[in-house]
Amino acid sequence: MVHPSACGVNDFALKIGTVNGTGSASANGLLLQALYRMGVPVSGKNVFPSNIQGLPTWYEIRISKDGYTARSPDFHLTVAMNPQSYARDIEEVVSGGWVLYDSSKELDDEFRRDDVTFIGVPFAEMCVREFEGARTRILMKNITYVGALVALLDFDMNIVKGMIEEKFGAKKHLMDANFKAIEMGHDYLEKHYECPLPIRLEAMKENTDKVIITGNAAAALGCVYAGATVGAWYPITPSTSLMDAFNEYCQRFRVDPETGKNKYCILQAEDELAAAGMVIGAGWMGARAFSPTSGPGISLMSEFIGLAYYAEIPAVFIDVQRAGPSTGMPTRTQQGDLMLAAYASHGDTKHILLIPSDPRESFELAVKAFDIAERFQTPTFILQDLDIGMNDWVVPKLEWDDSYAPDRGKVLSAEELEKLDKFYRYVDTDGDHIGYRSLPGVHPRGAYFARGSGHDRYGRYTEDSDAYVDVMDRLRAKVDSAADHLPQPDIRKAAGPTTLGIVSLGGCHWAVLEAIDDLAARGIHVDYLRVRAFPFSRSVEDFLASHDTIFVVEQNRDGQLRNLLALETDCVKDKMISVTYYGGQPLSKGHVLEGLAPHLEIKALMEVSS
Amino acid sequence: MTYIAKPVARHPKIRANAVGLTPRDYEGSMTTLCAGCGHDSVTAALIQAFWEIDLEPHRLAKLSGIGCSSKTPTYFVKDAHGFNAVHGRMPSIAAGANAANRDLLYVGISGDGDSLSIGLGQFCHAIRRNVNMLYVLENNGVYGLTKGQFSASADIGSTAKGGEVNVQGPIDAAALALTLGATFVARSFSGDKAQLVPILKAGMKHEGFAFVDVISPCVTFNDHKGSTKSYAHTREHMHEVVHTDFVPLRSEITADYAEGAVKTVTMHDGSMVKLRKVDEDYDTSDRRAVIDFLSEAGARGEIATGLLYLHEAGKDLHDFENTVDEPLVEIPYADLCPGSAALDELQKEWR
Repeated sequence: MVHPSACGVNDFALKIGTVNGTGSASANGLLLQALYRMGVPVSGKNVFPSNIQGLPTWYEIRISKDGYTARSPDFHLTVAMNPQSYARDIEEVVSGGWVLYDSSKELDDEFRRDDVTFIGVPFAEMCVREFEGARTRILMKNITYVGALVALLDFDMNIVKGMIEEKFGAKKHLMDANFKAIEMGHDYLEKHYECPLPIRLEAMKENTDKVIITGNAAAALGCVYAGATVGAWYPITPSTSLMDAFNEYCQRFRVDPETGKNKYCILQAEDELAAAGMVIGAGWMGARAFSPTSGPGISLMSEFIGLAYYAEIPAVFIDVQRAGPSTGMPTRTQQGDLMLAAYASHGDTKHILLIPSDPRESFELAVKAFDIAERFQTPTFILQDLDIGMNDWVVPKLEWDDSYAPDRGKVLSAEELEKLDKFYRYVDTDGDHIGYRSLPGVHPRGAYFARGSGHDRYGRYTEDSDAYVDVMDRLRAKVDSAADHLPQPDIRKAAGPTTLGIVSLGGCHWAVLEAIDDLAARGIHVDYLRVRAFPFSRSVEDFLASHDTIFVVEQNRDGQLRNLLALETDCVKDKMISVTYYGGQPLSKGHVLEGLAPHLEIKALMEVSS
Repeated sequence: MTYIAKPVARHPKIRANAVGLTPRDYEGSMTTLCAGCGHDSVTAALIQAFWEIDLEPHRLAKLSGIGCSSKTPTYFVKDAHGFNAVHGRMPSIAAGANAANRDLLYVGISGDGDSLSIGLGQFCHAIRRNVNMLYVLENNGVYGLTKGQFSASADIGSTAKGGEVNVQGPIDAAALALTLGATFVARSFSGDKAQLVPILKAGMKHEGFAFVDVISPCVTFNDHKGSTKSYAHTREHMHEVVHTDFVPLRSEITADYAEGAVKTVTMHDGSMVKLRKVDEDYDTSDRRAVIDFLSEAGARGEIATGLLYLHEAGKDLHDFENTVDEPLVEIPYADLCPGSAALDELQKEWR
């Protein structure tokens, strides 16, 4: 770990421990937004319980002048507002760091450490004195610690006050209360402690073309821009906020101004099975339809996913992955659904997966998912880490090309059907393994029977071996052929020649990039490939073939990406070394280096780095 | 057998309907069900009903789950789009399809295993959502395709072919639908086409979820003495409480009804349903009374049939969701995408 004295300006991490349901989320959001507006590279991670009120919750903020946004577990400052979690929160501060705590009640000696500085502020006492009403006092205590941090870290007070004005300008009493709390915290620190600390902020200009957004909101917006009209879902953490956002954007962009009626339909299903059925029903009719869910939902939807695969109905499923198995840890991040999604359902199936690494990519891949699903007439998944879906990210502004036209795939119009002698749904006329689709209600000649039972290339029920195999073989070829049309991997060559490679995916990206820089600074070059889609394209195969040792970095116990690469490429399994972290937190540089170190025979590496 | 081509011979005097089609045009492929199966009679009644309402075949979406009953959509209207889904999950497909394209006629065919056991949840929620569709439950009290297990509609004391006695209480699908707020609930018998056809037509015209529970005996596994879903038992115990006539739009009313005994309900397209009470006190618009009536009739061992309950002014899925009148699938993409300027504007809020 890096000693605080070596950190200083715009290079540190802090952790805020509070009680959930007390309004701390808005105080923490305020901090993140203020940092963003100061132009400082910043990332925020919300570590919250599956609970509404009363349990410990944390918010972690990393400030990195070099632009590293992966989680850093080295906290230089802890804001300890929750006695329930004092022990752990104080233990996690790096040696030489600081603990800001509520001194209204004296801190037990058992929590004291000699190697950190304790900064006591009587937050509760001050709020009881200055504010009326229990709820207000609780809420303002959060704003008071924001004020304390303004002094300690040298936030730009004008920016913080400006945000409060924007938020509460219309409600003067709230604005005044927030101002008062901010100043109270700030002034107390200024008076009693030497401010700012050696770890402190300085304005930069790194966020000019950036925005703050969660992956769930970005993916939802992607669904709006893709022209999705039907969304079906069953509420499940951590994907709920995706449908909430879709609803919000549709209310904004999709309500007919004349009639007040909706150009979209959100169906809250009775369970994930029904949600999948609704998506498939709407897809059958020709609507772009999707369901946001999480791993437990995919387990339930698997029967229907097999149906959509076999009957060749486009459908988009967005799996915001949480820690499994079973109910697991619903509010912790993981990448444990890779194998499930790749082969969901009984029998021989294989599905297209798209894997974003940040919210900007969530937006782009959400749009792409509908094009892919319709082009290949098959279920398409977006596998999004909870870390990406639910946390606020500072990412480059989203862009939209107004010349975009949706790829509806091979759909026959009434005029085209009129010209046909006879329409057969599953005949591969063009030799691209994809049959032509007709939509219900368009033309009598387009009629066909969609079914999950054995069928031949003409769409007729069959139990005949050859006719069955004929369709199954085409389906395999169809999904495999998608590989070269999917988003290609993000490949980053090292500055110097190397036989070492890292393969990773999703939100691991940011920790991997940081680890690669760290290694490069020590003269160790590593090439890097980030998988963005499954089935794997030729370039993944080439990368694996051209490196002697490949570290597969991922967030699940069993090395699912490594297993998938071993199953679906020609790469020898022994060449791939599994580097996993699956404890539910976002990946950090240390996880990557720890996993690599034993194989690089540089034992000193870890000591130096930590 | 599907590999036997169905003969296409036509009687020269066969009549064409308003869209120029004869009843033969509403047929499908050859049935593969057992000879004498009640389901084939329901199929015949559906074909008759489709022809009589002048349906354009490609404007029909026919759906089913899994089971003997769910095989039947291939036996009618070959020029309609069909979807044979997974077991018990047809209602969700129908709901999603209807959400996307509200202009088609949706007809779902299910059975007692499909709707009352594995698919009970979806059945209930399709009713709650009031998906605009005709939902026909071909009810025989038995799992046919897996050879004769009791279903959830089997009555207590009813015997299996091998003599085993059913001890668990049945789910009365019509009563269940009523308690869930269904706006159209009927019960009929596959052996009574005269009663069934007008009910099916009214169900097709009903705006909302039209539920028809059809006792449809299984000749192979549940037509013996001791079964309460056999042809003989149903004929003996069925009691028509209300007689239905369907009067299509622009047709002259020719039937002669006694004053006060007939209730006329106008469907949303202007066609009419005439309900003639057989039981004097029966009221098709009093949900609670109908539920009580069904429960009492059931206790007497009676199978009450007819269009049992009808409420034409209910709100359907699209009313609940406040969707536009135009089918969502027909909205041009340009009207769905907010464009780059809106995106820039929106992102100002993310700073």
